[in-house]
Amino acid sequence: MLQKLYDWVDERVDVNPIWRDIADHEVPEHVNPAYHFSAFVYCFGGLTFFVTVIQILSGMFLTMYYVPDIENAWNSVYYLQMEVAHGQIVRGMHHWGASVVIVMLFLHTLRVFFQGAYKKPRELNWVVGVLLFFVMLGLGFTGYLLPWDNKAYFATQVGLEIAAATPVIGDQIRTLLAGDQSIVGAQTLTRFFAIHVFFLPAVLFVLLGAHFILIRRQGISGPL
Amino acid sequence: MSEPKKVSRRQFLNYTLTGLGGFMAAGMVAPMVRFAIDPVFKPSAAGEFVSVADVEELSNEPQRFEWEIEQVDAWYESKVQKTAWVYRSENDEIVALSPVCTHLGCTVDWAASEEYPNQFFCPCHAGRYTKDGVNVPGTPPTAPLPKYETKVEEGMLYLGEAIAR
Ligand code: HEM
Ligand code: FES
Repeated sequence: MLQKLYDWVDERVDVNPIWRDIADHEVPEHVNPAYHFSAFVYCFGGLTFFVTVIQILSGMFLTMYYVPDIENAWNSVYYLQMEVAHGQIVRGMHHWGASVVIVMLFLHTLRVFFQGAYKKPRELNWVVGVLLFFVMLGLGFTGYLLPWDNKAYFATQVGLEIAAATPVIGDQIRTLLAGDQSIVGAQTLTRFFAIHVFFLPAVLFVLLGAHFILIRRQGISGPL
Repeated sequence: MSEPKKVSRRQFLNYTLTGLGGFMAAGMVAPMVRFAIDPVFKPSAAGEFVSVADVEELSNEPQRFEWEIEQVDAWYESKVQKTAWVYRSENDEIVALSPVCTHLGCTVDWAASEEYPNQFFCPCHAGRYTKDGVNVPGTPPTAPLPKYETKVEEGMLYLGEAIAR
């Protein structure tokens, strides 16, 4: 049945080469943990992506209940966690995933660093990777404010002071992030929400695309 | 008897990995889907009776009464205004009609059209209902106005849920 459906589409649109180009590649021996167990270090990039997919999915579902408004944000998070079926699981996925993704990203970076995989011709992908790291930090920073509890509020207060310590334009950066010159409040929350849910994910997708295209073109680096 | 089919190593791995992958994906997605469709499974809030008017005030002529209920909308609690057209019928029954038009939900008014002084009139598409709330054939509404549950205690009229007819 499925095969017939696939054949019907393939006959007309020739999808075969598309997915072959994406999925049908040999895994070199030195990257395959079945041959050398130590090759598990090559999994961290994929695991980072896996957790990122979980973040995107669980985040999309959280926005079904979450409201970025100082009166209601905390209550909506409380409601979705305590009253909605599986709310604790979905919020838990996003909450813990946010930390796990950083851990995976870090392990992946360590592997690339200690194997020297960033060397010519792969310098550009190291740069893309560092940008991805900053985007992840940004997502973690902006997401942390969203529950609008005390921890969120004061963590953001501190984060904004750090941003304000930038030479020359520090105060302007702080105001731009907080949405107000002195208050961390209504406008801070809406800004952080917009950045967390629209702006940074958009940048994330572009960078991930570049990261994967570069890997596909250059191949995985050779054995040590 | 045909020979038992042999499953090749490749097939076995394909099935196992597809199954395992599917299982993992389902484990990930299932809680999120249940989370998303939760509103469908929430029990509907049972309506309480609220004191609306003194029965002495009622007459044969439909009168408009307003009252407030506490509405719990997930994390947002507020007071919501409700309205009913209430009168005493010929056989001394108290009738309380919802003002929400059964066509597209505008608010109907008693005797609002000069041509039909003894009917409920909806300004949106000129829908009409007779005094007992039954829609007049040939006008847009397709069902009678909902009737509130009524209860009289110590001379006060209490109204409950509006029941569609
Ligand atoms: C790699 C990507 C992401 C990271 C690292 C991340 C990180 C975070 C963090 C740390 C929190 C605070 C959670 C808590 O304290 O419980 C949060 C909350 C939130 N995030 Fe994300 N996030 C990511 C992607 C997304 C995406 C793509 C969306 C939506 C499309 C999203 C929507 C939300 C929402 C609505 C909240 C508030 C609900 C809550 O606090 O539980 N996130 N995020
Ligand atoms: S909404 Fe009342 S007649 Fe259309």
